[in-house]
Amino acid sequence: MTDKKIILDIRNFSVSFEQYDKGFSRTGLPVIRNLDVTIHEGEMVAVVGSSGSGKSLLAHEILGILPYNATMGGELLYDGEILTKERQKALRGNEIVLVPQSTAFLDPLMKIGPQIRKGKKDRASREKLNEIFQGYHLKEEVQNLYPFELSGGMNRRVLVSTALMGNPRLVIADEPTPGLHMDMVRRVMSHFRELADRGAGVLLITHDLEQALEVADRVVVFYAGTTVEDADVSDFGSEEMLRHPYSRALFRALPQNGFQFIKGTQPYVKELPEGCPFGPRCEQCIEACKGEIPYREVRGGRVRCICAK
Amino acid sequence: MVLEAKNISFRYGKGSRQILDDFSLAIENHERVGIAAPSGFGKTTFCKILSGYEKPDQGEVYLDGQPLSSYKGYCPVQMIWQHPEQVVNPRLRMREVLKEGDGIEPCIIQGLGIEEDWLNRFPAEISGGEMQRFCIARALGKRTKFILADEISTMLDLITQSQIWNFLIEETKRRQIGLLAVSHSMPLLENVCTRICRLDEK
Repeated sequence: MTDKKIILDIRNFSVSFEQYDKGFSRTGLPVIRNLDVTIHEGEMVAVVGSSGSGKSLLAHEILGILPYNATMGGELLYDGEILTKERQKALRGNEIVLVPQSTAFLDPLMKIGPQIRKGKKDRASREKLNEIFQGYHLKEEVQNLYPFELSGGMNRRVLVSTALMGNPRLVIADEPTPGLHMDMVRRVMSHFRELADRGAGVLLITHDLEQALEVADRVVVFYAGTTVEDADVSDFGSEEMLRHPYSRALFRALPQNGFQFIKGTQPYVKELPEGCPFGPRCEQCIEACKGEIPYREVRGGRVRCICAK
Repeated sequence: MVLEAKNISFRYGKGSRQILDDFSLAIENHERVGIAAPSGFGKTTFCKILSGYEKPDQGEVYLDGQPLSSYKGYCPVQMIWQHPEQVVNPRLRMREVLKEGDGIEPCIIQGLGIEEDWLNRFPAEISGGEMQRFCIARALGKRTKFILADEISTMLDLITQSQIWNFLIEETKRRQIGLLAVSHSMPLLENVCTRICRLDEK
């Protein structure tokens, strides 16, 4: 992977929301504290985290569609250059595409066909769309409908089609498959894989580790606003290969690996502990875990844990 | 006690596809039965019929030898749904949502890891995993005899999934509640169930 060009490089990124507390006093709510993700050309990286970990914000920050009260820190590099607001605006929808999590992202006043073709009427785009829709069992009539006329599963397939229309260099898929049948999930995933094999970088944001392990090259484990581990998919073959205690807990919770669980829940942003966010649930937690924890290389992957060897 | 579906046939409205055709299944109250079937088989529909939300076109559901429709008041067969956010009233605080159940004991709330602080929140203020814990608690009322779990952990992360299932297994064992689990994941069913019903072909 190292000889391939890096498309997206996110370093030590943070997002915090400004909120009104009491009266006019404002406080920052650090939703993402430490986020590091690298995507190479032709690589599919899955960011896996449970709901409420802040993983959807990752997609929004790359596209520059975070709300106005969000402040960002850290570095966001696309093609080796800083991704500025202007570049984001120029690239999104063309080189960078998003398959959003919610079906509410479609324009309710525009028919499906023209919406996905972005108003293009030439023969090539028409044929391409017909071909994509056929693959997803969407009839041609669907192009003449408005989003409200479609079922949840149909809307979902329409959203995925948007990514396949152009020739994107970076595809961001934010939980693209809930509400779809298992065989449709496999088909959607194989299309993302195909895009990656053709040279695009694919960022898959999901809560489903099993799904991620089936298609991705690397898995980035996200917990309470922090990337705790960056591992090769093959590392999930055995517990010893994994580096962070949370990744190991995920591994053990798989039904086929013992179905064990650890107590407690992911902390809320407002109640985050000092230092390692996983500290209170970790058996190996020591005093030093409450301090600053560097993201470092261990056995070919990266981990944010001072105890990892 | 047995929950028994006898020769159930069902379709939604005239002219639509026949979803269930002469389907029968019996579950004892000490069993945990898993159903693995292809999509479109009618697993959710079957759960809805078993818990009295839909009436079958043909056939009948019996609980303890009596038709389920003859039970008045609280239904002893309770269903837990796939999407918790669709089955809680968005205008009720979670404390009130729990009161919709049949006298939920504090040990259930504790066992599911529901924190005191969550009770004061509205559904929009908690995560899917937290909400599903409430939905499970709500279904485990005093008079519940059977639980139907329809893909209850697909949208949850692995640790929450494991927490929830391990609790459900213990609780149904302790109170001799029968359990029907629907899932697409065979490894999950193999861990949870005492018997698995594979319905590959109709």
